[in-house]
Amino acid sequence: MSRAAFVISLVIVAATVARAADIPLDQRRSDSDFVSADTRAMQNDDTANPAMLVVLDGETLWNTKAGATNKSCADCHGDAEKSMKGVAARYPAFASELGRPVDLEQQINLSRVTDQKAEALAFESKDLLALTAYIARQSRGMPVAVKGDAVSKPFIDAGRAIFEQRQGQLDLSCAQCHDDNWGKKLAGNPVPQAMSNGYPIYRLEWQEVGSLQRRLRNCMSGMRAEPYDFGAPELVDLEYFLMWRARGLAMESPAVRP
Amino acid sequence: MARALVHVPANAKKGDVIEIKTLISHIMETGYRIGITGQPIPRDIIDDFVCTYNGEEVFRAKLYPAIAANPYISFFTVATESGTLAFSWTDQHGATQVQTAAITVE
Repeated sequence: MSRAAFVISLVIVAATVARAADIPLDQRRSDSDFVSADTRAMQNDDTANPAMLVVLDGETLWNTKAGATNKSCADCHGDAEKSMKGVAARYPAFASELGRPVDLEQQINLSRVTDQKAEALAFESKDLLALTAYIARQSRGMPVAVKGDAVSKPFIDAGRAIFEQRQGQLDLSCAQCHDDNWGKKLAGNPVPQAMSNGYPIYRLEWQEVGSLQRRLRNCMSGMRAEPYDFGAPELVDLEYFLMWRARGLAMESPAVRP
Repeated sequence: MARALVHVPANAKKGDVIEIKTLISHIMETGYRIGITGQPIPRDIIDDFVCTYNGEEVFRAKLYPAIAANPYISFFTVATESGTLAFSWTDQHGATQVQTAAITVE
């Protein structure tokens, strides 16, 4: 092989390995842009969005006393419509007491354990989803505003590394679909950008409400990779990166997805 | 039994066609699925829905296993007089949940 041909083939190899850059900020679209008009209408009508039933359960729990202190969330935080407005748009966030970020579900459990002296709720349990959905609902329409400061950066970067890492028997990365090929079809369905501004979601396939961690674990099984356990630091880092990536998009929680 | 959401316009003119929307939380388990233990998951569905307007039945639906979880039912009726719309969902075991909504008709 001539020197020139070798250089050219190196360039070609480099070009196929290199992935497209991040989606430019002005081209980012909520995943609700990729669902059918019917599904979008269901999401935006509080009398048709089935997740609103769960939000009502969350409101009841917000006002229910729990734990050794016999206090409810409302006893400290008052009216969630005021005190929780915008909170979900800022999670995951760095928890200094743990030295690492926590997502909204984990923050609820931190509050239960340290402030209410109550037992932590299990991941993906009905009660934890209800409280999360109720709190997230208070941020609807507000821009995603997670912090990307020096303290958070290592965790966001760790999340990005997982997002860009090929994994599983299909040897796919999240980025290959959601950064490089969004808008195209996979098995007849449009590939969305994987923006996390609507969690927890009511997924029609599940016929119930579920968390972002559940959705991520779903995708990992789809890639035939071993999913991280609920609450694993890797999943929280990934959630952190995804929310940072969705910064500025309007919160839609609880969103409806197919 | 469960949590329900109904939407009825609070005010209407006599003779108006009004849209009514209802949503109830229910698993609507078909009875055709197999659980992780290999045993069939028993059927558990709401099978009847009735709406009465001041005691008179204006809408009824029969539900079957193909209806998705958390059934959403929307329909229209004519606003005739002020009063109460009562919605009742009955499951296959005979348990009934009732929700009411008031309407003022001018």
